[in-house]
Amino acid sequence: MKSYITQLAATRLLPVTLILSLLVFYRGHNEPGGGFIGGLMAAAGFIFYAMAFDTAEAEKKLRVSPLMLIVAGLSIAFISTLPSLFAGNPFFTGEWISLSIPLLGKLKLGTPMLFDLGVYFTVWGISVTILFNVMEE
Amino acid sequence: MTGILIYLIILLITAFLSPYLIRKGGKIAPWLLGMVSAGGFAYLLGFAGFIADGNSLNYTIEWLPELYLNFSLYLDGLSLFFALLVTGMGALVLVFSGNYMKPYAMKHRFFFLILLFEFAMLALVLSGNLFTLFIFWELTSVSSFLLVGFNHEKPEARNAALQALLITVAGGLAMMAGFIMLGQIAGTLEINQLLKSGDLIRNHPHYLPVLLLILAGAFTKSAQFPFHFWLPGAMQAPSPVSAYLHSATMVKAGIYLLMRLSPVMGGTPEWKYILTITGAVTMILGGYFAYSQTDFKKVLAYTTISALGTLVLMLGIDTDISIKAAIIFLLVHALYKGALFMIAGLIDKSVGSRDLRKIGGLNKVMPVAALAAIISLLSMAGLPPMIGFIGKELIYEAKFALPDIGNLLLIAGVLTNVIMVAISLALIFNLFLGPLKYPGERPTRPAFALRVGPSLLAGISLIFGLFPARVADFLLSPAIKSIRPSIDSIKLSLWHGFNEVLLVSFITVAAGVILFLLYRKVNHILTHFNNEVITFRFADAFNKILNGFLFLTKRKTSFIQSGYQRFYLMAIFIMTSVLAWYQLIFTWPEIENVSFSQPAIYEFVILLLIVSSAMVAVFVRSRLAAILSLGSVGYGIGLLFIVYGAIDVAITLMLAETLVLVLFMVVIYHLPKFTEFSSKASRLRDGAIALLVGSFMTGLVLKAGQLNLNPKISDFYVENALPLAHGSNIVNVILVDFRALDTLGEITVLVIAAIGVVALLKLKTKKGSAT
Repeated sequence: MKSYITQLAATRLLPVTLILSLLVFYRGHNEPGGGFIGGLMAAAGFIFYAMAFDTAEAEKKLRVSPLMLIVAGLSIAFISTLPSLFAGNPFFTGEWISLSIPLLGKLKLGTPMLFDLGVYFTVWGISVTILFNVMEE
Repeated sequence: MTGILIYLIILLITAFLSPYLIRKGGKIAPWLLGMVSAGGFAYLLGFAGFIADGNSLNYTIEWLPELYLNFSLYLDGLSLFFALLVTGMGALVLVFSGNYMKPYAMKHRFFFLILLFEFAMLALVLSGNLFTLFIFWELTSVSSFLLVGFNHEKPEARNAALQALLITVAGGLAMMAGFIMLGQIAGTLEINQLLKSGDLIRNHPHYLPVLLLILAGAFTKSAQFPFHFWLPGAMQAPSPVSAYLHSATMVKAGIYLLMRLSPVMGGTPEWKYILTITGAVTMILGGYFAYSQTDFKKVLAYTTISALGTLVLMLGIDTDISIKAAIIFLLVHALYKGALFMIAGLIDKSVGSRDLRKIGGLNKVMPVAALAAIISLLSMAGLPPMIGFIGKELIYEAKFALPDIGNLLLIAGVLTNVIMVAISLALIFNLFLGPLKYPGERPTRPAFALRVGPSLLAGISLIFGLFPARVADFLLSPAIKSIRPSIDSIKLSLWHGFNEVLLVSFITVAAGVILFLLYRKVNHILTHFNNEVITFRFADAFNKILNGFLFLTKRKTSFIQSGYQRFYLMAIFIMTSVLAWYQLIFTWPEIENVSFSQPAIYEFVILLLIVSSAMVAVFVRSRLAAILSLGSVGYGIGLLFIVYGAIDVAITLMLAETLVLVLFMVVIYHLPKFTEFSSKASRLRDGAIALLVGSFMTGLVLKAGQLNLNPKISDFYVENALPLAHGSNIVNVILVDFRALDTLGEITVLVIAAIGVVALLKLKTKKGSAT
């Protein structure tokens, strides 16, 4: 199963899938994409890497434990619900701010995006957790 | 009213601080806690004049007004009366416990629990909304459970605690159902508004079920027959708990609720019959069982049951005089029974036994306590000049005033009181007077902290008996008026002229004295009779039912939870499709009229791909090929989504399909070689199930095309995705903004599933490495 070609491909493809997943996540708000799909794509990159090498190597590449991804994801998702409470709106109301950044133009940031980021990390973490564990079997 | 709310909060904070205080505060700590309770008593007493003038206070914080659910407090004569009882008794019990609980290692926990109970009970009687009341009602059940099981190393204590909890909580749940129905009928659960809608509720067709459900709660809490047996069991609790929860306050919660709802639901024949019969039976049974007990606390427990029966009976008779009698008797009983339970604890502590056959003549070692006990027992016997006498006279009067069944009730009442007189005299002459008897070492004089509570209560019994008018004006009439506003004022006096009531009282006392003189003989026969002839024990029967129920559920669980995934899947598939088919058959004619548009050629190709892949998956004899063709079914469906413009769904589906394929590929190495495990019959069965599910899905899709759903739902998303949620990808906007709470729930479930997978795999590896 261990072949140099797949290993090289996995090493080269990992950053590409990660960037692609971020792109899909970012454009999700207006075009097809989003946190769920992005999370699955990010997971796919690492799973391919784990298939090419092994899970221990992939986890090293991931730097944090997959469980931490889940923890971070759920926490971000939950934190994104809080600003609405401080603003005095019903729970989970989307709160938006508009930033004007020179050169880039107007940037709209809102809690739904933060929530989507939470979904991204959670889905990424879950997929990686399940597959790594099954692969270790 | 905000002041009362603040006091409740202070009490709760005190409860949480008490373990620390008890650990660090030493001797003075229980006194300080008693002061907090006594402060509440004094503060509430300040309202007495205001309430006596006919006012009431209401305080509401809206919670879920659509469901009639509010946090409300309501103070009128009745709740003030009970609140004073709770805080006053609380102060005395806390001081008493300070000394009584000294040898217990877990005493800090005890103080926390008893203060938590005091908070719950006070909040219960001050509740202005039935749901608020219900919440604190359950909290009292829980704290009672923890206090009865305080000596948790004793199996009897644990068993008694569980029994008390199960019975009171089961009743509480029934009561909650009753409250919900009451809210539906009256449109409110605020007590001050319910009081005005009595006629509406009494004439409603659902009156009887509501009444029965609420009575289930009141009767279980107040230990009415046939739920009475948990109360003697609860005597496993330390004595201060028995004095406080199981005689003076918590068991009166049911009585409080009946008094509260008497103007709302009372006065009907159903109310009268159920309450009168239950009360009378409980009253006599309690008296009868009390007579043949040898444990001092058990005697007191059964007489408490009898007294609670009397109270329910009085509320059931439901006349002006019986309501008066109920309120006064409630005070009488709380005073003497609280004192007697504390004395039982005191005797237990200084003599080391509560067995009435082994101890006697205690006036020689504890004169003050013995005097307090004798006064309280005289009040229990209903002898002048104690307040108990006034209570008993009123009860007789109430029964006299009843036309038809009054005589029967009078006989029952006289019988019970004869027993009470006999028990009181027996306790006075054997336990407190007469020759000194003790099982172990010579008893020591009890500490001041132990004596102060019973002495005060006995003193009040005596003073109230001598000067009843003042109490009546100040406290009792407002309480009575909140149950029955038509009663003007009550006049209480020890001497109310020579009449038939007094004559019956004479007969009662005379019979009581005779029964007392025969005490040993009768008691012996009764004990024999109870042990040999009546072998039926309610507590045992309850345990049997409980065990039977557990056995049944175990059998049921092992039947349903087979542990085989294929059976779970079969159950789910069959149930879903059968239920859905049942619904579809009735609307089938509409479905037949569906018109199909001509499919495009590429649609046809995709369809062919899906169907042929599915066929391959079923019939192929290689596992790898089967998995791959299942994957191509998934990709085919993804293509269909693309064709119809659902790009997001298509991407997600294809990614998920890929990951599942990878998962299968990883697992496939660990599976045994492909062999045929299933017989022909089971494959036919699986095929039939698959056909059933497939046909149901087809029917569902056809039906879905016909349904004219409210188009505004999808239109709403299309129109508002950009202006409201600043996004033009509607699918994503729905996921992360409009229905974000659902998404949060979903990812949480996913996380739990992932943890489950990890746990299962790790468990298997561990087992594998062990063998």
